[in-house]
Amino acid sequence: MKFISDRALERLRDGAEIPALGGTHYRLLERVARGGMGVVYTAEDEKLKRRVALKILDVPGMEGDLATRLIREARVLARLEHPGIVPVHDVGTLADGRVFYTMKFVEGKRLDQYIASVNSVPDRLRLFLRICDAVGFAHARGVLHRDLKPSNIMVGPFGEVLVMDWGLAKILREGVLHTARETGPEATILERPMSSAAAGDTTEISAVTEHGTVMGTPGYMSPEQSRGDVANLDARSDIFSLGALLRFLLTGKPEEASAPGGARLEKSLGAICAKATAPAPAERYPNVQELALDVSRYLDGLAVGAHRESIFEKTARFYRRYRFFILLIAAYLVMRVLILLFMHR
Amino acid sequence: MTNEDVQQGGDRFPPTRRSVIEAVHSIDAQERERALEALCAAYWKPVYKYIRLRWNRPADAAQDLAQGFFMELLERELLDKFDPRKSRLRTYLRICVDSYVINEDKAGRRLKRGGSVLHLALDFSGAEEELGAAVMDPAAIPSPGSLEEFFEKEWVRSLFALAVEELRELCAEKERTRTFRLFEAYDLDGNEKISYEQLAQEYGIAATDVTNALAWARREFRRIALERLRELCGSEEEFQREARAVFGWDAK
Repeated sequence: MKFISDRALERLRDGAEIPALGGTHYRLLERVARGGMGVVYTAEDEKLKRRVALKILDVPGMEGDLATRLIREARVLARLEHPGIVPVHDVGTLADGRVFYTMKFVEGKRLDQYIASVNSVPDRLRLFLRICDAVGFAHARGVLHRDLKPSNIMVGPFGEVLVMDWGLAKILREGVLHTARETGPEATILERPMSSAAAGDTTEISAVTEHGTVMGTPGYMSPEQSRGDVANLDARSDIFSLGALLRFLLTGKPEEASAPGGARLEKSLGAICAKATAPAPAERYPNVQELALDVSRYLDGLAVGAHRESIFEKTARFYRRYRFFILLIAAYLVMRVLILLFMHR
Repeated sequence: MTNEDVQQGGDRFPPTRRSVIEAVHSIDAQERERALEALCAAYWKPVYKYIRLRWNRPADAAQDLAQGFFMELLERELLDKFDPRKSRLRTYLRICVDSYVINEDKAGRRLKRGGSVLHLALDFSGAEEELGAAVMDPAAIPSPGSLEEFFEKEWVRSLFALAVEELRELCAEKERTRTFRLFEAYDLDGNEKISYEQLAQEYGIAATDVTNALAWARREFRRIALERLRELCGSEEEFQREARAVFGWDAK
């Protein structure tokens, strides 16, 4: 029997990872990234002559838990036709037995990389509103993302926002939840059914996975998701993640800065983040629209629902909002006073 | 819609062989024996090398201990106690090896095993060559922490060697010996300088033929290695975990 050297071991491993695309109409281009259960490549769709992203499982077989999850993820994406959600094109099995799906190839940057190029707070908030739009749409379709975090948001070259990685998404159909999850290396495991409050429209049947695991990402995962509190996981769990995401957009961190010197938020924005990430789901925004509305109110210079203003804050906000007119009136009055003084001389 | 609705991109992945963990519990003696042989084929070399390094035993003593260990595995039905939910098979076996060597030392019996029930020719001299030293240099012995890593690496090496051997047989059967030679030259000999074009010139074929041959060989190698691995795992979950570890997918 031939001795396999260390170098040969590496070559065999590298060679074994390359997918067998024979029998499909895809031509492999390059490896983009590795996720928890497989690899993402770019490939050329030879029929439509376009570049697609190809997500492939590592291990062959249709029966395994991961294959089921990947197929479910593709199906979750397929039912969410929205400009803010990456569209899936195809799902199938390769000749080597591995399950794959193809989706739109997004040329852009992950939110955590992109955000450095956005300096103004209003621009960051407008970006956040586009994320809310996609997540709100999914909720309206009875789908929870459950792993919202900066690395799962892509920003395209024209500023378009795409919510990615719906592997942990939970969908509701005819009263039954389907779960799917990709295990990211950084993800802690947690999976649980949700309560009927999701998207405000469903009665759900709990379905803890057979291995009883739960997934999410620390910092962005709601307390009930971390605890595995099955009865309380609903759309407000995603709202917690959105709140953490908003805080990240504004301060660079998902959690409130406790140490002195940490980035401080303006009170109204801080209150929005605090309400969205309240430990108790009942204290959070009831749905994504309410959260987005509060952020929009802030952008328009209006009072936000999450924060009760003092008279000084109201005055300051009133001044900020009508600064131009206030300054105009003030200038007019000053001029009138000057004219009167001049005339009385 | 079920998973079966998902389109097939090519040949269906073949059904897998039964796990050795299940097969050792079979009432069919032949199946039990086949399972143990499969286990022994994949593990004897890592076990032997591990005894040589971990326990610093001379070659002849390590040979006896390795053979004795597999006999013990059979006689004491140690695999019955293995629970795939609690640990990986190779970790369990490594711990069993340690216990076995300690017990053998205590009992002071190092019996020469004869008339092996397992019909496997164990190439100890080959394993020795791979270890690269007839007499162990204490400095070459890995630290206790890295011995686990060493055992795992040797186990992967053993699994891949079996898969390569099976691939060689498959190529011979399908009259694709040139394919195997190309695979050997490019992937096994570890010659980084060789290119597809050079191989094409050497064999008088087109570079695309080299590409296709290597793609086929790698795909078959992967299939065989995974089949072997699945056979050596106690559950689907363990298999998924092991596949990721064996192919280094977690580390990439």
